Amino acid sequence: MTQWLRELLFLPERASTFADRVDALHYQVFLTTMGVWAVITLVMGYFFVRFRRKRVEQSTEPFHPPLSMEVFFVAVPLVVFLGWFTIGFRDFTWYRNPPPDAIDVYATGKKWMWKFTYPEGPNAIDTLHVPVGRPVRVLITSRDVIHSFFVPAFRVKQDAIPGRYTETWFIATRTGVFDVFCAEYCGLSHSRMLGKVVVMPVEEFEDWRAAEREQSFAARLDADPTRDEARATLVTQGERLALEKGCGRCHTVDGTPHLGPTWRGLYRSMQTLTTGENVVADEAYLTRSMMNPGAQKVAGYFTDMPSYFGLLTNAEAAALVEYIKSLKGEEPAPGAMR
Amino acid sequence: MSPAESAHFPRWHFFNQTTGVMSWLTTLDHKRIALMYFGAVVSALILGGLLALGIRLELFNPEPSLVDAQTYNRLFTLHGMVMVFLFMVPAIPAVFGNFFLPMMLGAKDVAFPRLNLASFYIYVTGALFTLWAIVHGGVDTGWTFYVPYSTTSVVAVAPVMLGIFIVGLSSILTGLNFIVTTHTLRAPGLNWGRLPLFVWNLYGTSIISVLATPVIGIVALLVAAEIIFGFGLFDPARGGDPVLFQHLFWFYSHPVVYVMVLPAMGVVSEVFATFCRRQIFGYKMLAVATLGIALVGFFVWGHHLFVAGQSTFDAGIFGVLSMLVGVFTAIKVFNWVMTLYKGAVDFTVPFALACFFLYFLIFGGMTGIALAVISLDVHWHDTYYVVAHFHFVMVGSVMMAFLAAVHYWFPKMFGRMYSERVALSAVAFIFIGFNLTFVPQFLLGNMGMPRRYHQYLPMFQSLNVASTMGAFILGLGMFLSLFALLWALKWGAVAGDNPFHSRGYEWNTASPPVQHNFHTPQVIVDGPHNYEGPPAAQPTAKVAHGVE
Repeated sequence: MTQWLRELLFLPERASTFADRVDALHYQVFLTTMGVWAVITLVMGYFFVRFRRKRVEQSTEPFHPPLSMEVFFVAVPLVVFLGWFTIGFRDFTWYRNPPPDAIDVYATGKKWMWKFTYPEGPNAIDTLHVPVGRPVRVLITSRDVIHSFFVPAFRVKQDAIPGRYTETWFIATRTGVFDVFCAEYCGLSHSRMLGKVVVMPVEEFEDWRAAEREQSFAARLDADPTRDEARATLVTQGERLALEKGCGRCHTVDGTPHLGPTWRGLYRSMQTLTTGENVVADEAYLTRSMMNPGAQKVAGYFTDMPSYFGLLTNAEAAALVEYIKSLKGEEPAPGAMR
Repeated sequence: MSPAESAHFPRWHFFNQTTGVMSWLTTLDHKRIALMYFGAVVSALILGGLLALGIRLELFNPEPSLVDAQTYNRLFTLHGMVMVFLFMVPAIPAVFGNFFLPMMLGAKDVAFPRLNLASFYIYVTGALFTLWAIVHGGVDTGWTFYVPYSTTSVVAVAPVMLGIFIVGLSSILTGLNFIVTTHTLRAPGLNWGRLPLFVWNLYGTSIISVLATPVIGIVALLVAAEIIFGFGLFDPARGGDPVLFQHLFWFYSHPVVYVMVLPAMGVVSEVFATFCRRQIFGYKMLAVATLGIALVGFFVWGHHLFVAGQSTFDAGIFGVLSMLVGVFTAIKVFNWVMTLYKGAVDFTVPFALACFFLYFLIFGGMTGIALAVISLDVHWHDTYYVVAHFHFVMVGSVMMAFLAAVHYWFPKMFGRMYSERVALSAVAFIFIGFNLTFVPQFLLGNMGMPRRYHQYLPMFQSLNVASTMGAFILGLGMFLSLFALLWALKWGAVAGDNPFHSRGYEWNTASPPVQHNFHTPQVIVDGPHNYEGPPAAQPTAKVAHGVE
């Protein structure tokens, strides 16, 4: 039945756990819609035949609907629609909360390509490799206009917004190659901004990633043999950047607050802002705090941080975020006050 | 239904009481202004329709064929702008609202006739300016103007924004005029419980126009200022927020959908009442649902931002509220269906169109509900599913209602009758063509084809070919319909005052009406569309003035 419906509706194959949820609800909505239409058509058809006009100036009795009928007319759509909403919102909430053990990949949209970056390398253009059966979180941003990362087979889509990180995630349920489209109109070659997701068995993926890292390391070393950081992961790049940019003047990495909040244990911690609002310091928050520090300032600090917009590239911001993420809370420096 | 044997064409009517080009250009008669609007919006419809055919021809092949990507992007921008701002928004209110609102209220004209003429000229100025700006500036942003694409693009977007601002001003003035007219110019005895449903819907529409249009005006000016003065309000490179634009844009552009749909619902209520010979079942529910849509419609804009990075909580709020619009719409559908019950149903062209309206509203509405189910929207957002959905609502149902209005009121406006057979076959072409155009687009959306695609993967081709063929059948039907009506203008049979035997208030006069609508002052003694017993005689002038 579901296979038949999928073909009838021209839906692409289902290749993620979220796709199963989406399609199940979709079938329910579709069948109800067809049912409602059929009933209304039959009822109208019957009335049409039964109550055809017999005389030109035919007189009709006024008919005042009883209250029960009015209640029925309101209640039926209300219950059905709210039921759908509830299921949809449950699934959406699930979709908006990636599991903490997900593999992170950065995706950057630019006219007209996708760049995918793994925190420990490698980089790839337009092709995203992921392991099957493992949660993968894609952290999305854009270098120019708004794009939208869309994988029909996974039923996931997320806008890429310049100056911000948004996220999507999925667990691929089968290996194969799937299309990636840009769903937000972005100009001349919008329809040619195509990518692929390659879903691989886990071991194959690990081998692929290791080989790619070696290869890109070798390539970078070839290009510039003096660069000792060529093998650097995003984390080590971030550490070096933090030194270069002087982040340490205000932020410690040992758990002690300084002019600004410490970076240790900051990632995914709950922070209270000057507005009294609470936020989780996730990638989006950390990036925004570099680019527009005044927007959501943590309470209790009096120094204004300067904006690093334009001073940090997307890749550098991602490296800093990865560095902050690596500073886990459970291993404070000796003697640090918590 | 054939016109009565005794049908005659009145000697004097609003066409010939004054003559000459200047008598039209400077007229304060709401009927003449309505007809000038008619000409303008039909021109916009033809232009927008031809652009649509151009787009469909290009999409016949997966590879670029007729036009290059840049031209294609300009084509769909122009199509969207013309259809939304120049056709859909003014179509029913400015033409049929202008013509029939005063007549349904038993009034001689709208409250501010000069303002009415001014709104027409503002509309024409804005329309011409916008068209010039799009073509001259080569605007390729789509009608949604999402920043930062629109603000960083090299094309001249700012003049278009100014054009939209001017057109918006015209909607605000018309809306204001209608609200004041409804409040102040109702004939004696016409209390709010007796207002025809078309008037209720125009009233709801006008409220939306007056409240929401200023926002698009502000957005247009902000974008223009961003481009010209470099404000950086929406530009992340200067600390701005591109998503803020989307909130502001949809705060207008979602309610404006109801500016298009509510008058259409009003038309269909009149048509069902007339051809089922009974007041709409659940008149009060329908009036309440109308205001409900107008109100709730203001608080659902966030459902356009489910995948734009809006918080999960916000998405939930906007999702629930969107369901309420669906509930109000469903109430209306049930009530229209029940109007046939124990009625006296007459099959005519307007009735067929009203039934098609229902068909498109059911599918357009239900797919809208499906899109507002947040988890489903993640897949469908910005795909052809959305394109098909809003064309079902705006072209399917609103266009059917527009055509229903044309065919229902044509004899009243022009005093002549079109050929039912030709009109019906045109309508059949339109219905079939429309389905063939847009049902494949739902399926393309399911497949995942994003909208605004100049070229596409070969797997999408078969459905695109079907859609293009449908578009041409639809176009054929539209032109057939146009020719049938133009023919009827000159050679149609004389219709008589009330060929449909309607008891709507606007039929209480000659066809076409005299300059000041009615020969005697109107007194309303009964609700609209009361078909119990023989028609009530219109009280004489003496009674109307309270003189026994």
